[in-house]
Amino acid sequence: MPNKTVAFEIKRQASPDAPAIWEKFEIEWRPGMNVISAMMEIAANPVTAEGRPTTPITYDSNCLEEICGSCAMRINGRARMACSALVENLEQPIKVEPLSKFPLVRDLQVDRSVLFENLKKVKAWVPLDGTYDLGSGPRVFPQEQEVNYPLSNCISCTCCMEACPQFNDATGFVGAATLAQVKLFNNHPTGKVLKEERLRALAGDGGIQECGFAQNCVEVCPKQIPLTNAISDVGRDVLLQKAKDFLRG
Amino acid sequence: MASPRIIVVGGGLAGLAAVIKIAEAGGSVDLFSIVPVKRSHSVCAQGGINAAKNLKGEGDTTDKHFDDTIYGGDFLANQTPVKAMCEAAPGIIDLLDRMGVPFNRTPEGLLDFRRFGGTLYNRTAFAGATTGQQLLYALDEQVRRHESEGKVRKFEGWEFLSAILDSKGQARGITALNLRTMELQAFPADAIILATGGIGAIFGKSTNSVVCTGSAHSAIFQQGAYYANGEFIQVHPTAIPGEDKLRLMSESARGEGGRVWVPRTSGDKRPIKQIPAADRFYFLEEWYPKYGNLVPRDVATRAIHKVVYEHHLGIDGQPMVYLDLTHIDRATLNRKLEGILEIYQKFVGDDPRDVPMKIFPGMHYTMGGLWVDNDQMTNIPGIFAAGECEYQYHGANRLGANSLLSCIFGGFRAGPNALDYASSLPAAEGDGGQAAELARQSEINARLMNNEGTENPFRLWRELGETMTRHATVIRYNKGLKEADEKIVELLDRYKQVNLSDRSQWANTSFAFARQLKNMLELSRCVVLGAKQRDESRGAHYKPDFPERNDEKFLKTTKAAFTGDVAGPRLEFEEVDTQFIKPRPRRYDAAK
Repeated sequence: MPNKTVAFEIKRQASPDAPAIWEKFEIEWRPGMNVISAMMEIAANPVTAEGRPTTPITYDSNCLEEICGSCAMRINGRARMACSALVENLEQPIKVEPLSKFPLVRDLQVDRSVLFENLKKVKAWVPLDGTYDLGSGPRVFPQEQEVNYPLSNCISCTCCMEACPQFNDATGFVGAATLAQVKLFNNHPTGKVLKEERLRALAGDGGIQECGFAQNCVEVCPKQIPLTNAISDVGRDVLLQKAKDFLRG
Repeated sequence: MASPRIIVVGGGLAGLAAVIKIAEAGGSVDLFSIVPVKRSHSVCAQGGINAAKNLKGEGDTTDKHFDDTIYGGDFLANQTPVKAMCEAAPGIIDLLDRMGVPFNRTPEGLLDFRRFGGTLYNRTAFAGATTGQQLLYALDEQVRRHESEGKVRKFEGWEFLSAILDSKGQARGITALNLRTMELQAFPADAIILATGGIGAIFGKSTNSVVCTGSAHSAIFQQGAYYANGEFIQVHPTAIPGEDKLRLMSESARGEGGRVWVPRTSGDKRPIKQIPAADRFYFLEEWYPKYGNLVPRDVATRAIHKVVYEHHLGIDGQPMVYLDLTHIDRATLNRKLEGILEIYQKFVGDDPRDVPMKIFPGMHYTMGGLWVDNDQMTNIPGIFAAGECEYQYHGANRLGANSLLSCIFGGFRAGPNALDYASSLPAAEGDGGQAAELARQSEINARLMNNEGTENPFRLWRELGETMTRHATVIRYNKGLKEADEKIVELLDRYKQVNLSDRSQWANTSFAFARQLKNMLELSRCVVLGAKQRDESRGAHYKPDFPERNDEKFLKTTKAAFTGDVAGPRLEFEEVDTQFIKPRPRRYDAAK
């Protein structure tokens, strides 16, 4: 009896300027298989379904347990993490493409550094005096921790940005992930010292006003972060800040 | 004089901790990482970080933490640095708290603590079951702040290839490979800190991330650095078996009350929930009544092996046992363990709140590593090491929740020490060895890229992983270790015939992997030969033919030196610093 196989179609592009092509693969099925383990199989035996030798696929991955945020790609049209995309739950042929909103590097690898730049713009950190021993931190009640912890679970995968109709070159929108981090740091007893700066950074073009409330972000977030709540909260704070700044002249 | 330039390689907890201290002290730092630093393997740590804050009224002290760590490590760790780490731990927790780590809290708003393996105290601070992620993010944010102020330059997407050594053998910089353009470049520095993690990849499948190949430490081992205690590899008792990796199921599951068991009768056909308590074999609780499910990892791992392979009680005849949380209420589970329960649910498909998890031991942590002195410097002047890539805090077995601590503590020491060293370093003669090292690396690259052979590097790697897992993990025999070393020598020979199916000069992952593979092969010999030489059982190193610890002969650090010879690394022994706690027998069936 022939072994059960899994059919893949993977979009390949040798470099940013090269033409994109689709390659088909037939890979032996194994229990618990996911999209990354399939690509590891291809690396060990880089041959297409037609029997033509090809190159191993270039993609980002690291932890393989959906916590490092590396392996975001489009799988059957949906932005998601490849490591947790179990083959048995996917319709075949499984179509795998790179995220479309970020500069392509090669094959499934894209450059998502824009998110890290955005986090700089909104000063997504607690401004410490220093790392020497200054005693214990501020008291935080469990109810507050339970609001903040989910926001702090953001793995910077950028799925929310990929899925957002407003995240594009025309708007320059920072995207949901960054807005959620603003809420997180504005909530922190020490982090809130930069609250006004963060809100002002979101007051202009590319800021909170670009959000069109499509709610795709919360739909695709692999960590179920309450992104739309965060956007509403930050949106309200940005408006209040604008009003305050206006009245202050 | 311009401020010294320090290169930090690796952006996990240890690397970022070092960067922060250097930036704060006014030094300039270049931070190199294969992945964006926020995606480093530290994110995978789950359960927590230890510090004897004694916030539960139990009378915990840093001395008790020190004793638990030394005892848990079967007395192999040098005691001076471990003592300093345990004493610094409460201050480190406070600092992380100030940075905004969302640690779980008590009703009064204070830090909550839970129990972990190898201790009887609630000593582990935690942020749900994703503590490593939360700690890494906190340090990442601080580094981003320093970066935005121009004190840190990040080189993400670059892989360390080698150190540049001058005619006196002192470090003067590094060579690195741009993983996108495939360009080789030299970067001068006055001191280097390697914080390049564990070596899980040489075991094929492990709980480690893809980047944890040990390639960087192997490179400097081959340039003359000692690799110490390579034979000490932690196999975590509870991992989810998988095709691509073994996914960790945190010790915190047991810390919160999880119980490990198998049906007393092999092939018990009843649905799990209908198996009454009397027919369940809670073997850890029976064999180790004092510590129960929270014995140290090496002890739990061997017990699971015994139940599966000697008692033949694995679930459905498979190498698996139950890790059961179903007696704990869902709200508590969600508040304290949600992150890991989601992992199980996503990758296995069952909800561990309803059904006991099926787990088996998996390679997890590298206790051994680059030899360093008490200042975190290797024997190569100017090369420091911190975090999992060095050897000094965990002895023969690491206690759960001590790794995050040792990473941060080691980084906090390595940073300022590297800066001190660099401040008094005389200027290099000539180019400090840069041109010669670049030439050596570009020759290796050219040879690899143009090699006309028949071997696929990914398939060679699988063979290495299978050999290492079979012979050099839970149970070790000298015959098997000898076989494993012969296999590695064979693989090193076949590596000469490696053929890259991709020869492009752009984002060529096969090329980068093939370079790592050579280094993995060289380093794996330290593990295997170190284990072969050590005819005793200590911590994670267990030989049925030598079941007892032998302090007289082996209370010693193994130091491996690269020879380039087919006989493998030269092994030496060094005395262990035991000045504070006299070695005593280690047992967990009773109070110690």
